[in-house]
Amino acid sequence: MISVEGLSVDIGAQPILRDVSFALERGRVLGLVGESGSGKSMTALSVMRLLPRGARASGRVTLEGRDLGTLTERQMCDVRGREVAMIFQEPMTALNPVQTIGDQVAETLLVHGVAGRAEAMARAKDRLARVGLSPDRFPLSRYPFELSGGQRQRVCIALAVALRPKLLIADEPTTALDVTTQAQILSLVRELVAEEGMACLFITHDLGVVAEMADEIAVMQAGRIVERTVPAALPGGLRHPYARSLFAAAAHVPARKAAPPGAPLLEVESAVRDYILPRRRLFGPAPRFRAVDGVSLTVRAGECVALVGESGSGKSTLARASLGLDALQGGAIRLGGEAVSPAMRPDLRRRMQVVFQDPYGSFNPRHRVARLVSEPFHLGGRPADSEARVAEALEEVGLSAADAAKFPHEFSGGQRQRIAIARALVTRPDLIVLDEAVSALDVSVRARILDLLADLQARHGLAYLFITHDLTVVRAIADRVLVMKAGRIVEEGATARVFAAPSHAYTRELLDAAPLLPAA
Amino acid sequence: MRAGRWGRAGLHAGGRRIHDGSPGAKGLARAAASARLAHMARYLALRFLSLALSLAVASVVIFAVIQGVPGDPAAFMLGLNAAPETVAALRAELGLEGGLGQRYIAWVAGMATGDFGISYTYRVPVSELVADRLAVSLPLAAYALILSTALALPAGMLAAARRGGPVDWGIIGATQLGIAVPNFWFAMLLVVLFAITWPVFSAGGFPGWEAGLFAGLKALTLPAVALALPQAAILARVMRSALIETLQADYIRTARAKGLSEGAAIRRHAFRNALIPVLTILGLQFSFLLAGAIIIENVFFLPGLGRLIFQGITARDLIVVQSVTMLLVFAVILVTFLVDLAYAAVDPRLRKRG
Amino acid sequence: MRAPVSLVLGAALTGVFALAALVSLVWTPADVTALAVGERLRPPGAGTLLGTDQLGRDMASMLMAGARTSIAVALVAVGIGMGAGVPLGLWAAARRGGLVDEVLMRANDLIFAFPALVIAILITAVFGPSAVNAILAIGIFNIPVFARVARGAALTVWSAEFILAARCAGKAAARISVEHVLPNIANLLVVQGTIQFSLGILAEAGLSYVGLGAQPPTPSWGRMLAEAQTFFYSAPHLAVLPGLAIVLTVLGLNLMGDGLRDLLDPRLRRAVR
Repeated sequence: MISVEGLSVDIGAQPILRDVSFALERGRVLGLVGESGSGKSMTALSVMRLLPRGARASGRVTLEGRDLGTLTERQMCDVRGREVAMIFQEPMTALNPVQTIGDQVAETLLVHGVAGRAEAMARAKDRLARVGLSPDRFPLSRYPFELSGGQRQRVCIALAVALRPKLLIADEPTTALDVTTQAQILSLVRELVAEEGMACLFITHDLGVVAEMADEIAVMQAGRIVERTVPAALPGGLRHPYARSLFAAAAHVPARKAAPPGAPLLEVESAVRDYILPRRRLFGPAPRFRAVDGVSLTVRAGECVALVGESGSGKSTLARASLGLDALQGGAIRLGGEAVSPAMRPDLRRRMQVVFQDPYGSFNPRHRVARLVSEPFHLGGRPADSEARVAEALEEVGLSAADAAKFPHEFSGGQRQRIAIARALVTRPDLIVLDEAVSALDVSVRARILDLLADLQARHGLAYLFITHDLTVVRAIADRVLVMKAGRIVEEGATARVFAAPSHAYTRELLDAAPLLPAA
Repeated sequence: MRAGRWGRAGLHAGGRRIHDGSPGAKGLARAAASARLAHMARYLALRFLSLALSLAVASVVIFAVIQGVPGDPAAFMLGLNAAPETVAALRAELGLEGGLGQRYIAWVAGMATGDFGISYTYRVPVSELVADRLAVSLPLAAYALILSTALALPAGMLAAARRGGPVDWGIIGATQLGIAVPNFWFAMLLVVLFAITWPVFSAGGFPGWEAGLFAGLKALTLPAVALALPQAAILARVMRSALIETLQADYIRTARAKGLSEGAAIRRHAFRNALIPVLTILGLQFSFLLAGAIIIENVFFLPGLGRLIFQGITARDLIVVQSVTMLLVFAVILVTFLVDLAYAAVDPRLRKRG
Repeated sequence: MRAPVSLVLGAALTGVFALAALVSLVWTPADVTALAVGERLRPPGAGTLLGTDQLGRDMASMLMAGARTSIAVALVAVGIGMGAGVPLGLWAAARRGGLVDEVLMRANDLIFAFPALVIAILITAVFGPSAVNAILAIGIFNIPVFARVARGAALTVWSAEFILAARCAGKAAARISVEHVLPNIANLLVVQGTIQFSLGILAEAGLSYVGLGAQPPTPSWGRMLAEAQTFFYSAPHLAVLPGLAIVLTVLGLNLMGDGLRDLLDPRLRRAVR
């Protein structure tokens, strides 16, 4: 029904896509998978003919025998939304903030002149109901900011399928969503594909998602499709070395010895953390939001504890309080028996360091690596051998001492995360808090960083508090796991036990929702 | 805000009819509407509070500055040889007796009831003077604002739509020049061109509105153009960059994927979102227009508020200066308040969440 | 990294006037205080480069000395604005949401609510017209501009993870503001500085046009324009030349600001690289 033949795209002198070809029938889902920069989104935009300015495309895209490349821009506008529709990654920004959801869905019908205003609104209500936004709870007069991310993505789907297009392109539609929401959106897309007989081009970086969603899988690397397969053949049936390594990395579990539990290191006791919200009434008390609600946990020396939860569960708030960055409203946190607070002693703070999520935002872009890595020496004074210690830390994380003279922008994302780990190591701490530290990395890079973390732990007897939303990571590296929901810890136990026999309903829901790769 | 809400209701009448279908929906819609009203009331109350606070602080500052002026206005007015009793009588008449606090309260209370005091030099109520001058200054500011908006918004939109092309470069160049030209010099050039070389307009003065609407507008045209052009240059640049920024937003991509052409996406989605920063600038520009008018009125010998302030300063007629300054500040603060309301009309997030 | 055309052009224009101002400190073609009524209202080219004014003073010399006044007033006013505004903005950002932030920002809004020129006129009217009072009047209105720009940019920097890392290294808010925040907002401050500089030149011209700026015999572009108004017919160069000087200086500064923004904006730089 739709076929792409020999598609190549260049932006300036830079090749973006090379000789991409695929074909797709009604009711089928083609999963396009690859790491960042592999050209997945550009493929989608080429089909829509919405490439950024300055991009040149060659090759043929045919929809039911019609060559889309030969259409005028006017004719292409008729195709978009009516025959080929698209949903995007960021539901939070994909909708016009100053228009109601009803207007935005109805607009698809109005633009293509298939219905008058009243008729279009009626059908918009219909389509919104179909994607799970029933009119009594979500009237057409709602604005996007009144909806959650998952609900907004449903609106995006409703406006994409309003005219029952022949092809739906979904570009990382669930990447910005929590796993339970992701599972709902994925099954909604599958149902719609089956019901409406659409073809679906499903783009994702998540190998688990693609294995669940797609009828066929195409793996992209550096602008080319390097492997085609079907989910049933995963992962043994892969031939191309890149595709094999990609799937191996996703399932990678670093080799670790379970450490004998040491003495309690970090102790959190009935911690309570409130945020003050803007006042609802002009005078009167400002309402509070309890982000962390009576949480207790212990991390022992040499142990890796994972704190897992969805966005808004309070896990990052708890992490910040544990680091002594924010004060508690109740309960206590102790490190090695001493109280943790924003006013804690520098040499206590020295024993606890942190690695953050964003490999680009964690460094002052104006400082050299030497200065960045030695920043924690501010705690308790710069030792005489600080240069040697920086070099040692850099070598420990797999970089060279010479890298100290470079600026952070000269490194890749994975290398920057290594620098962040070096910065955490330089004061020789007992505990490192890893706040989503591998979440922004591509799978192959993530596998290597997890290996590094396991290795450092074995060598220095470090304890980790690993904060993440990603269950694959938890399974790969944690000794113990704590599941957090709405500010409370709902389940706690050894990782293997929790994964095999979850006791709390929410944990079961999380595990069911998480797309898992077929085991090797 | 009433006007804004009804305006929207009118726009969305089609939509509203439809979801009156089931009784449940009706109840929920009513509940949502009342919640919206509560948010709106809170937003209004907060804005109003800040308006009142700004006015209070502004009046104290202006009063303090003016009272800091050395010299006794009464003695100044009566000359060096006046008898002390005459000076004392005049001081009482002018409201110069009493402590600072007392005089401040008397001044504010008077202003609230429209009594701006009595001019030291003209010996008439300041409110009369102000009313006469407002009849020139207000139309001038409005005229200039209309001119600049009418010129700037289309130019900014055109430049954004043709960004990178020759039209865009032309508009950018013109705005660069427009920003750099001092409006009073531009006014002088206009006089030379259109009042002396080709005498289409008069070089200055104001015939009064009793000479007819057309004559009045004609006298105000050159001053308004001189005031408007530099402002239009700024506004056009803001419009252009705001539009270009919104054009890169994700929802524009969504709109294009729906099948909207680039032009339709600009008209239906980008414009309203780009209007938010433009409104901010429009509000600020009112203050510039008022201030700019002071100088422009001097170039064209227009009997406006700006000239009044100047005459007040040279004649040390402090009550005039004090009251007219307060009036100008009041106008600016009021416009800021109106801009806040306009924000709420454009952006539902403010309307509903405050 | 290639310098944008607008930066080169703007810097050249600004440079010419800055140079003229500097040179005027030690040398001008003729003495600007020497009146020669017999030589009055000469057109450009007739004996002198740019003609003479209504009192027979050499226009080229007057323009050079006028540049000195304009640039000095605007530059010091920018210094006042930056010196007071940037620390306030940094302070507010470091205590975001707190009382300090709230009070500073409300005070800012308040100053914005005053029509700047009206207050400038008020100040000079009360304290008497002089270049120093013009500087104060313009400088005071620069403070909230820089405070607002500094606060806004600093808030973005404060939300970066490297600030959290610095806090984990035990650094206090003041130290973080100086060490991490200020260098990362310096670009924006420089760009804003050129904008305020050009606005200051326009404001100074406006004030001295209405007689509230630098007092005679100090030459100033705005007052030259005011005095030229009566001779517009007989000697148009008296009104055209100072006006052009203002336009070119302001244009140069604005172009320079635009060019600097293009050069320094990390978003654009990343796109180029």
